[in-house]
Amino acid sequence: MTALEIAADVRSGRRPAREVVESHLAAIAAREPELHAFNLVLADEALAAAAEVDRQVAAGDDPGPLAGVPVALKDNLCTRGVPTTCSSRILDGWRPPYDATVVVRLRAAGAIVVGKTNMDEFAMGSSTENSAFGPTRNPHDPSRVPGGSSGGSAASVAAGFAALALGSDTGGSIRQPAALCGVVGMKPTYGVVSRYGLVAFASSLDQIGPLAATVADAAILLEVIGGHDPLDSTSIAGPAPRVGGVLDDGVEGLRVGVVRELTGGIDPDVAARLAEAATALEAGGAKVEEVSVPAVAYGLSAYYVIATAEASSNLARYDGVRYGLRVDPTVDGTGDITAMYGATRAAGFGAEVKRRIMLGTYALSAGYYDAYYGQAQRVRTLIIRDLGAAYSQYDLLLSATAPSTAFAFGAKSENPLAMYLSDVCTIPSNLAGHPAISVPYGTGADGLPVGIQLLAPALGEPVLFRAAAALERSAPR
Amino acid sequence: MATPFGGDPARSYDGPVEPAESATTPILSRDEVVYVAVLARLALTDDEIDVFTGQLAAVLDHAADVAALDTAGVPPTAHPLPLVNVLRDDIVRPGLDRDEVLAAAPAAESGRFRVPRILGDEL
Repeated sequence: MTALEIAADVRSGRRPAREVVESHLAAIAAREPELHAFNLVLADEALAAAAEVDRQVAAGDDPGPLAGVPVALKDNLCTRGVPTTCSSRILDGWRPPYDATVVVRLRAAGAIVVGKTNMDEFAMGSSTENSAFGPTRNPHDPSRVPGGSSGGSAASVAAGFAALALGSDTGGSIRQPAALCGVVGMKPTYGVVSRYGLVAFASSLDQIGPLAATVADAAILLEVIGGHDPLDSTSIAGPAPRVGGVLDDGVEGLRVGVVRELTGGIDPDVAARLAEAATALEAGGAKVEEVSVPAVAYGLSAYYVIATAEASSNLARYDGVRYGLRVDPTVDGTGDITAMYGATRAAGFGAEVKRRIMLGTYALSAGYYDAYYGQAQRVRTLIIRDLGAAYSQYDLLLSATAPSTAFAFGAKSENPLAMYLSDVCTIPSNLAGHPAISVPYGTGADGLPVGIQLLAPALGEPVLFRAAAALERSAPR
Repeated sequence: MATPFGGDPARSYDGPVEPAESATTPILSRDEVVYVAVLARLALTDDEIDVFTGQLAAVLDHAADVAALDTAGVPPTAHPLPLVNVLRDDIVRPGLDRDEVLAAAPAAESGRFRVPRILGDEL
């Protein structure tokens, strides 16, 4: 059942929320030991929340648009009193003293949190292999990765553990795992969703967004979590974009550009699905053409300088003082604080996090700052300019979401650069702050899901969801 | 046409601009990695330093296409939104509970975070 169907049943009293939650907990019990989508399952809390929703319905009150809908939260979203680890040893056991704004809004809408999902440590990765607590497996083929970094969230929706999930997307961390797990994943315009309570990775790029089985479910989730929040100084003024009402409008008259620079290096079977998606949009009345957006060819390089530079600054807070792990290298505790910092961070961070902190620290260090960080920021301007030029001619852009279907465990984990290439199609939207969505579109030669990405200019969520729904209707079954 | 996959050696932006020669290609030494680890407050093992020296050099080499671009006159973008200071009325509001926050710390004493020695012997 979709989230919208569940909410309709629960709000009308046709089905108790308790029964909904019990059926999802049963699905978790059956397959979670194999898939490891969660760092923590909140069974008792979910049942208690369901009882409260049922009490409201019985009293004649409306619990909200997501009444009784089981939701999984990426484990970098703060939940008061409930462990929030970012899949890192350095935060193992930490219980935040506050809830993220998106969590508050989900609960206010009647949604029921069923667990905290596994991820690449601090959202750094594209396979969920960088979790300190072991990888998540792809529900379509447990020998393959689910993508990442929101791999647990994507797998939890694909496996039916939750009707909806939240992820965070810094360079593709919602869209790429959504593509690899065959679900819908959407990154909103920067500032549409409050980042209050999202553990920071790269603050000028991070954005929380929905994962769902259908475009309509992703739309209602965005409407619930979006809108201004005074607790986030980068939150855009105004309400959440209204996207649920445009889903049946079709693509007649829309102009869609297929980004030439994002078609090279794509696996042939994925490229074939992209061509089919373009043809389907054309058949729906859109004008589809190839467009060159030259600067996006440099997105990957610019991203891995900017994101690591911001991360090296953001992750300085894990110093063994205020929360999480502390390792004192002296037996009697008489060492100095610098030794404690170094030992704590060496023990608490995994290899990929250390690698990115090192890269970002180097890019920001004296003598290299302008050559790397300054230059990457100027390239970011070029990317925004070139995308702007494309959007003067097109309403939407189109690409594959990821260059391949789900890959095998270990296939890229020893070669950081090969792993980074997983994000090549998704990174431009983060650098520009634009919205983008991945829609499942058939399968590759290996029978595993392929995702097609639609991109829109800032605050273009309505046209993005309109086209995504049309794409979903045309997708091969 | 340049592609992000490194297939095209020209690596030009929007035209046949010759990239600068290897002057901008990083040569990352082991000593530099050791120094950066100090800056980053990471007590890395010798093995980690060896592995990172090669891996970071590979990533920086990939970023050389960006370093070689002619961006004269292009302003940097630090943030996708035009950010302005956010102000609010100066009214006292409840913050996080001190005891709840300190309870999450590795060590606390007298309502404060307790840390190892900060000042060295030479001071």
